[in-house]
Amino acid sequence: MRKYVLRRLVVAIPSLLIASFIVFSLPRLLPGDVVQLMLEERAYGKDLEDLRAKLGLDRPIYIQYGEWLGRVVRGHLGESLWTKRPVIEELTRRLPVSLKLGFLALAFSISIALPIGILAAIRQDTLADYIARSLAILGLSIPGFWLATLAVVVPAIWWGWSPPIQFTEFSTDPWAHVLQFLLPAFILGIASSAAIMRLTRAALLEVLRQDYVRTAWAKGARERSVILKHALKNALIPVITVLGIQIAQILGGTVIFELIFGLPGMGRFLFDAINQRDYPVIQGINLLIVSVVVLMNLLVDACYAVLDPRIRY
Amino acid sequence: MADHVEALRAASRRDEARREDAAPGSYAVWRFCRQKPLGALGGLIVVVLVLMAALAPWIAHYAYDETLRGARMKPPSGQFWMGTDNLGRDMWSRVVYGARVSVTVGFGAVLIANMLGTTIGITSGYFGGKYDICVQRVVDAWQSFPFLVVILSIMAVLGPGLLNVVLALGVIGAANASRVIRGTTISVMENVYVESARAIGCGHLRIMVRHILPNVVGTIIVLATIGLGAFILAESALSFLGFGVPPPYPSWGAMLSGAGRSFFYQAPWMAIYPGLAISLTVFGFNMLGDAVRDVLDPRLRGAGGRLR
Repeated sequence: MRKYVLRRLVVAIPSLLIASFIVFSLPRLLPGDVVQLMLEERAYGKDLEDLRAKLGLDRPIYIQYGEWLGRVVRGHLGESLWTKRPVIEELTRRLPVSLKLGFLALAFSISIALPIGILAAIRQDTLADYIARSLAILGLSIPGFWLATLAVVVPAIWWGWSPPIQFTEFSTDPWAHVLQFLLPAFILGIASSAAIMRLTRAALLEVLRQDYVRTAWAKGARERSVILKHALKNALIPVITVLGIQIAQILGGTVIFELIFGLPGMGRFLFDAINQRDYPVIQGINLLIVSVVVLMNLLVDACYAVLDPRIRY
Repeated sequence: MADHVEALRAASRRDEARREDAAPGSYAVWRFCRQKPLGALGGLIVVVLVLMAALAPWIAHYAYDETLRGARMKPPSGQFWMGTDNLGRDMWSRVVYGARVSVTVGFGAVLIANMLGTTIGITSGYFGGKYDICVQRVVDAWQSFPFLVVILSIMAVLGPGLLNVVLALGVIGAANASRVIRGTTISVMENVYVESARAIGCGHLRIMVRHILPNVVGTIIVLATIGLGAFILAESALSFLGFGVPPPYPSWGAMLSGAGRSFFYQAPWMAIYPGLAISLTVFGFNMLGDAVRDVLDPRLRGAGGRLR
């Protein structure tokens, strides 16, 4: 097992390197570079070339990449071109907000998806199944930003109340701090819960047709035991795979939800950085997100062995 | 060898039998509707959407950017079916014209994604070896970005615009499509006819185009139908963030964002109808995609539905 994880880590390195190059070079292709933008805003009075040299943007791109990678490995992500503050400092402040939102969304989506998926599978082709499946397709079809918009607008019209869009720190009001995450996390979780539910149902249906499940029934095991102990454990393997994908989707979704609900997390930071062409910030966030996703996929693979004793590495 | 020849003969007999079995067009559609009523409903929604996009100038009551004097934020009525927005423009006309953006982006992105994905997937699966490993590492890297993050970065490079949205979404979708098509290619390669094609001296290109491609077409069609909804949803999110089709051209996503947002409290219909249009459209494509997949390639169950 340990050997397998190590091997997977080694395989992940080239992917991470390629990803890091994409991360590095993409923002540099942005039209209208930051130097011009800064001069236009009169943030700097000096001439263009001077500023370019100062920011290190005048050297060939591969040298910039090499230096950047060297610094990244040592934990330096550079500093924001605008605020001059270290990116890593800003990220450590904002990461917890996005992580809280993401994990809460994931928790919502799993706790909605698994029970409904199981129910739909064991009551296949009944009314409950049809309702669950239609709801799932609906969940995949409704854009999250629309639901979020309605969640802000509708209560305001009907009851004159709207969810908080001012961020409250944990230290000022712990209760309000937690509450403000609930609604965005719930809406963010809906889409991925639909995907997970569909897969849980499909995977469980396939497993329920296996011989060992018939054996379990034949030896007189209770329904609860057959479903939860014998079938579900094997059905969860493809579900876990999709969970890895869903984590990436949820991380991407935080951009929109942090904007709508006024949460100062990474997604919003990225959105602002792209608009201001703040290279180090864009690179830092993208690199962090990619690393999280790669790490999650590794974790997903490691989970297989725990769930299915037949898989041995 | 004799075994192979016999197997080939049997396969060709089976194919012929199947061809005779195959129903003529209208009957096939009728059978599909009977077997998959929800899929048929989805198909109907899609047909209505395409008609709406094609016939927009005749269906819409006003031009999409026409400001009507004295008609700011009017609620839905006989004259303005979906009300008017904060600039006095007819919402119904804007929603109708918005279908054009969705249809263009959906079909355009699917076309690019599947052409790129098919080329990459088939060559990667067919040649295997070092080429496959290298290509798959790049696909891995590409796939480890959440889609919204990559697309925001790409759109920032390309700048807003309809063509750019199509390009960016197509390139992103290609990675996913290529993975699935590579898998199908590898399983198609196991077939005897690929081996016999190689034995009689067919070139790589001929084997890929004449022998493998027709056998992955089912997968491609399924990927395309499921992808359409996902691309339309992605376009709306992108327009919502201000990186999609620039105003005043109406895109459903963009109608839900920007300066209009502060008027939603007084004119909720401005928020309701564009979102309803997106949801219904994507719902239609997803229903149709599900049904098409069940008919053509049940192995893909659980795939797709949304870009990540």
